[in-house]
Amino acid sequence: MTYLHRDLLQLAELLATVSDPEHGGNCLFSGSTRREAASEDVRALIYEADEDLAEREIGRIIEEARERFGARAAAQHRLGRVEAGEVSVAVASSAPHRDNAFLACRYLIDEIKSRVPIWKQAEFADGRTRWDDGRTG
Amino acid sequence: MSEIKVTVRLFASLRESVGRERVDIALPSGAAAADAWSAIPGVEPLPPTGTRYAVNGDWAAADQHLHDGDELALILPVSGG
Repeated sequence: MTYLHRDLLQLAELLATVSDPEHGGNCLFSGSTRREAASEDVRALIYEADEDLAEREIGRIIEEARERFGARAAAQHRLGRVEAGEVSVAVASSAPHRDNAFLACRYLIDEIKSRVPIWKQAEFADGRTRWDDGRTG
Repeated sequence: MSEIKVTVRLFASLRESVGRERVDIALPSGAAAADAWSAIPGVEPLPPTGTRYAVNGDWAAADQHLHDGDELALILPVSGG
């Protein structure tokens, strides 16, 4: 797998992959699991994906960021159990100037969160679990 | 009326509700991707708003016709990150 990882994400390595001597702006965004959701105490999030489809969709989003913003772009997403406070998703971009580096970075994280088939299940401190996938009950 | 057989891949709470990662279902010939939902035992009659579909690994419209032997993934609304 290229973009999906079951181990801790390596942010410095991710940022290094977009390094380019022609690019003066570099941007890194990471999202980590919040300890609290809807006033409940979250112990961990468990991520599950349609792995093949998710890999290809992240690849498409990276290509779109390159084309739209003239950027280099990279992304990683955790799968499996992620303890509260750990990084679950990271994106990095670089562009000749900072404006497009910021825009590409924002594009990457927004599109990944809205399009890529990855779901999360919250595990609460009292042991209950709840999927966040649009179904109720 | 002839039937087609389709393998449906399930994720997240849908996988847990059914108790399996994939389930084989029979649908009438000419059925569309969205028709598969109602053929899965033990789930509510309509998918959540925003549910997407993939057929044989590629995104597909809800009204895309299925063929015998297709693999259909039911992609519930996502919440990555």
